Amino acid sequence: MAERSRQRLITPPEGVPLEMQVARVGDRLAAFLFDALIQFVLFFIVGLAFMLSGESLDGGGGGAIAFLLIFLIRSFYFIGFETRWQGRTPGKKRAKIRVMDAQGGPLRTDAIIVRNLMREVEVWIPLALLVAPETFWPDAPWWARYLFGFWTGALLCLPLFNRDRLRPGDMVAGTLVVEAPKAVLLPDLGGQRPRTQQLATAPAWPEFTFTDAQLDVYGIYELQVLEDLLRRTDPHRRKAFAAVAQQIVDKIGWTGGKLRPEPFLRAFYVALRGRLEGRMLLGERKADKHA
Amino acid sequence: MTTELKSFQFRKERQASWRELEKMVERIEKGGLRSLDAAELARLPVVYRSTLSALSVARSISLDRALLEYLEVLSARAYFCVYGSTTSLGGSIGDFFLRRFPVTVRRHLVPIGIAAFVMLCGVLVGWVLTARDADWFYVFVDEGLASGRNPAATTEELREPLFDGGGGEGLGTFASFLFTHNTRVGFLAFALGFLAGVPVFVLMLMNGMMLGAFAALHSSRGLTVEFWGWILPHGFPELWAIILCGGAGLILARAIVFPGRQTRLANLARQGREAGVIVTGCIALFLVAGLVEGFFRQLVTNTAIRYVVAAAGLAILVAYFGLAGRTREAARG
Repeated sequence: MAERSRQRLITPPEGVPLEMQVARVGDRLAAFLFDALIQFVLFFIVGLAFMLSGESLDGGGGGAIAFLLIFLIRSFYFIGFETRWQGRTPGKKRAKIRVMDAQGGPLRTDAIIVRNLMREVEVWIPLALLVAPETFWPDAPWWARYLFGFWTGALLCLPLFNRDRLRPGDMVAGTLVVEAPKAVLLPDLGGQRPRTQQLATAPAWPEFTFTDAQLDVYGIYELQVLEDLLRRTDPHRRKAFAAVAQQIVDKIGWTGGKLRPEPFLRAFYVALRGRLEGRMLLGERKADKHA
Repeated sequence: MTTELKSFQFRKERQASWRELEKMVERIEKGGLRSLDAAELARLPVVYRSTLSALSVARSISLDRALLEYLEVLSARAYFCVYGSTTSLGGSIGDFFLRRFPVTVRRHLVPIGIAAFVMLCGVLVGWVLTARDADWFYVFVDEGLASGRNPAATTEELREPLFDGGGGEGLGTFASFLFTHNTRVGFLAFALGFLAGVPVFVLMLMNGMMLGAFAALHSSRGLTVEFWGWILPHGFPELWAIILCGGAGLILARAIVFPGRQTRLANLARQGREAGVIVTGCIALFLVAGLVEGFFRQLVTNTAIRYVVAAAGLAILVAYFGLAGRTREAARG
C-alpha cells in the first residue's frame, strides 16, 4: 500500500472520487533527466546531420532546417508527447508517472503548453546562470547575480516545499503529476477465480456455525488480514493457518468439535464478511476489533 | 443455509462489463484511442461509467479487498483513457486562430496595455537620453547586436545595412534564426511573469530602450525615414507579439500577487491557461515577423514600398485583433 500522505482524492465529472498517488520527486527527476537525455541525443543527431550535409550556415536551406529542428525539439518535445500520449513522455512512461488535471477534469492542450513553457524559467535560466552567467547577463554586479541565482534556485526546489509536489509549471497550468495506476492486474480475478468463488460461497462446511456475538469480536481490519492470509500461496501457509485458527478459536470461544484449520478459516471468513457487510448496509462500519 | 454473500452476487453480475473495460483500456494504453473502432468508442464511456458506479457501490457494500483494489485501479486507468487529453495539437487550429486567440487577447487588454506602456517608456527613455548624449547608446544596446552600428560609425556605414539585401544567400537561415530566437524571447517574457512580474518589466523596458537608442542614433544622422522603413514591416508583428507575451507574463504576475476571490493556486491555474493561449498564438506572429524580416526586408530595399507593406501589416493586425471572433463570441453568448 502506498503512503497516506501522497494520496489525493480526485473527483472526475462522474462524481465518484478516485484515489491517486502524487508522484515522488525522485521519479519526476528521473523522468526529466531521461527526457533531457533524449533531447540532447536529438540535438546531436541534428548537428551531425548538418555537418555531414556540408552546408554552411549562410547558404542554402540546411541551416534554416537545422535551426527550426532544434527549436522544435527544445520547445515542443514535452508538449508534443504530452498531448499525444495523454500526459506522458518517454521519461514519464519509464518512471510510471503521468500528468493529470488537478481538478479531475480533462487534461487540456492549453494546460500542457503552459506547464511546459514554464520550463524556460525553471530549467534553462538556472542552467544558463550555472554554465555561462556572462552571456546571460553581461556586466552584472556579483551580488545581483547571486541574488538572481538564489531566486531561480528556489524556484527549482519549489516542488520540495509543497504537498502536491507542484513545480511552477503545474501551478500555472493547474496540473498534477501522479503515479500511473499499476498496469499489472491483481492476480485474484484472473487465475484464482475458482478459489475466490469457494471463498465466498463457502458454507459447504455446515459443521462450522458462528453466533453473532462470536462474529462481532472482529472488525474490517481483521477480516482483510484474514483475506490476505487465505490468499497466500507460499509453502508455510499451512502452519500459519493452524496458528491463526487456534487464536481465533481461543478468542471467540468457539466449541464446534475437531478443528480443521483451512476449512475453519474459510468458513469464518465468509461468515464474518457476511456479518460485517450486513452491518455496513445499516450504516455501521466496524473498523477493527477495538471499534 | 447456503445463501451467497450479497457482495459476491454483485460481483458475479457485473464483472463481465469490468472485463470488457479492462480489455479496451489495455488496448488504448498500448495504441491510443485510435485502436478502438467506432462501436467500441461509443461503448467506452458507457462501460466506464458503469464501472465507476460499481466502484461506488462496492465501496459501500463489499469488504472484498481484492475486488475493491481491482476496481480502484481499473477506474483510474479508464479515467486517464477517457480524460487523458481531449484535443490534439493540430485538431482545433482553425477555431483557435479564428476565435480563441483574438478573443482572449481582447479579454486581457489591461495587462497587455501595461506591457505596451512599459515598452513605450523604454523607447522614450532610450530615445531622449541617446539624442542628448550619444554615449548612452552603449548602455542600451548590446555590442554584439549592434554589429558596428554605433555613434562612432559614419553616416554611410549606418545607411548601408538598411539597404543591404545580402543578395539572397542564406536568407532562409536568417529568417529561421530570427523566428526561433524571437519566439524564445517571447516564451521567456511569459515565463518570467511567474517571478511576480518584475523581470517582465525589465525585459520590456530593455527592449524598448534598445529600439529608442537605435532610432535616436539614426535620426541624428538624418536617416529617420529610412530607419523606420527598415524596422516597421517586421516591427509591427514582432513588437506586438513581444508585448502580448509580456502581457501574458503580467497576467501570471497579477494572479500571483492579487489572487482575488479564489485561492491563489486556483486563480493562477485559471489565468495561467488563458495567458498560455496568448503565448501560443504569438508563435504565429513571430513566424510572420521572422519571414518579413528575413526575406522581405532583405529583398525589397525601396523605402516607399516598405512603408506600404508596414501600413498594410498594421491594418491587418488591427482588424484581426479588433474583429476576429466577434460574431462567434456573440453567438456563444
